[in-house]
Amino acid sequence: MAGQEQQQPQSRDDEFEDDAPATPPASGDAQASAATQGVDDLLDEIDGVLESNAEEFVRAFVQKGGQ
Amino acid sequence: MRVMGSETEYGIHAPSAPGANATMMSARVIQAYAQLTRQRAAGGAETRWDYTDEEPLHDARGWTLERNQADPSQLTDQPPVLDAEAVALAYGRQELEQDGEDETGSLLMNMVLGNGARLYVDHAHPEYSSPEVTSPTDAVAWDAAGDVVALSAVRRMATDPQLPPVNLYKNNTDNKSVSYGSHENYLMPRVVPFGDIVRGLTPFFITRQVMCGAGRVGLGQDSSRPGYQISQRADFFEAEVGLETTIRRPIINTRDEPHATADKYRRLHVIIGDANLSQVANYLKFGTTAMVLSLIEAGLAPRIEVHEPVAALQTVSHDTSLTATLRLLDGRRVTALDLQWIYYEAAAKLAQDTGVGDAVDGDGHTHALLERWAATLTDLDSNRTAAASSVEWLAKLSLLDGYRQRDGLEWNDARLGLVDLQWADVRPEKGLYHRMLARGRMDRIVDDETIARAVTEPPSDTRAYFRGRCVSNFSKDVVGASWDSVIFDVPGHGRLQRVPTREPLRGTEALTGGLFARHRDAGSFLAELLGQTPPPPPA
Repeated sequence: MAGQEQQQPQSRDDEFEDDAPATPPASGDAQASAATQGVDDLLDEIDGVLESNAEEFVRAFVQKGGQ
Repeated sequence: MRVMGSETEYGIHAPSAPGANATMMSARVIQAYAQLTRQRAAGGAETRWDYTDEEPLHDARGWTLERNQADPSQLTDQPPVLDAEAVALAYGRQELEQDGEDETGSLLMNMVLGNGARLYVDHAHPEYSSPEVTSPTDAVAWDAAGDVVALSAVRRMATDPQLPPVNLYKNNTDNKSVSYGSHENYLMPRVVPFGDIVRGLTPFFITRQVMCGAGRVGLGQDSSRPGYQISQRADFFEAEVGLETTIRRPIINTRDEPHATADKYRRLHVIIGDANLSQVANYLKFGTTAMVLSLIEAGLAPRIEVHEPVAALQTVSHDTSLTATLRLLDGRRVTALDLQWIYYEAAAKLAQDTGVGDAVDGDGHTHALLERWAATLTDLDSNRTAAASSVEWLAKLSLLDGYRQRDGLEWNDARLGLVDLQWADVRPEKGLYHRMLARGRMDRIVDDETIARAVTEPPSDTRAYFRGRCVSNFSKDVVGASWDSVIFDVPGHGRLQRVPTREPLRGTEALTGGLFARHRDAGSFLAELLGQTPPPPPA
């Protein structure tokens, strides 16, 4: 269940090869490196796009009522 | 398969301007998109909303709520008005006077788009309501088009040095007790008793989240308990059946506002779904629900009653192992997956009996939908790694678990809350769903070209075609539109001409495409449409 994917880097690599044809051309580089580095590489990329100061950012996200 | 459509209220946030008025910021979003469409179509591809057929207080159970008994948020049949104080608080009076107005002097709160959609300010959020479509594949395309519309507005606002950058999020809660909706609408024959709909849908709605949930960090409306759950919305539901959408939210909503010929149709207004970025989740949400409605119409819905539906809804959402059992009134105990299989089997049998599910001679949608439904339930049971490429809550969970393991984070760590929030950012460079999609980790139903087309083109097979084409082709002369009308103000005519569109499956390209091709000006278009001039003889 939870975390199953990350504990099995081998199956993650396989999945990437299976998914390769559906990958848009723009992400070709990302796809190649992911094939060797698996989920760590994904997390590294996500690290790079996450807003800085998580605590402050999450706290400030306050919405008014909705449906 | 069935006429259907989506509504998405986007979360809105200006990180550099905390406390900025949300309604004002939402109006800015509409304004920004209006500026873009004005560039696209000379004369302005934007049209005001016509409120004359809005009936938010009509209850499907057969009565109408008194206005003075209604919560103010239920009065959606009146144009919202931004008062001067709200405007001044947010941006200062000066600016509004400079460029915050449209031609008639009021801030634009409501547009009809060339793709047949509605883009407007709903309460304190920008909302995109998709045009009417007839298949789950089209529902995915025109719903995703709304995300592109939202992105375009975000980009446009980012170029304005006078405005703080505004982000939009396709999610359903701020994790501080507030939720905002993602609704579905399905056209049904009026003759189906509402009680049958309630009985047939409730067990399905309690459990479809295992396929369609978007995932949420935090338990409880205010996320005060650490953890992860399947659905964004489940904790905000407090009733089984009701008219409200903003308070005491019900599993089955009774708003009876057909936006069509009222004695023939009802529009089932579904408020329990999560906003989906995953295309497969969205596809299954619309497709399986449409099939269950067919079961109900045929009198063949599984006869199941779940004990304490609201509590069961939350039990399912809080159980990511999918092993929790629900008590049925007949004494059986079943899992959410068991219940989904029961619905699947019934739907598959009906599709086979009627022929719509045939791979060759069927309706072209049901066969693929049933295959996807079965494959998803199978994967949820036995191959979660495979399911994570389409089931949104599992995809998000895989990312969160990566962080939990690499960095040893607890569920109440703000970084996990940020991953949850940023999952839904509509910007492809920032949105984590979009990062996963770009890496080929999320399955698709439609490609980007199809979505791009859906941003500007209406569906061809519903009245949305007529609405969208009128707005695109005759924007100067269309002064208002709604789901069931288009209003023209043609030079030389003394009065407005309101064209009713109360039949959702008319106004299609097949019926009106030639008319649009023959006329460049609204006057001659209307003359032929209204029978004042004869159509050309068939070639």
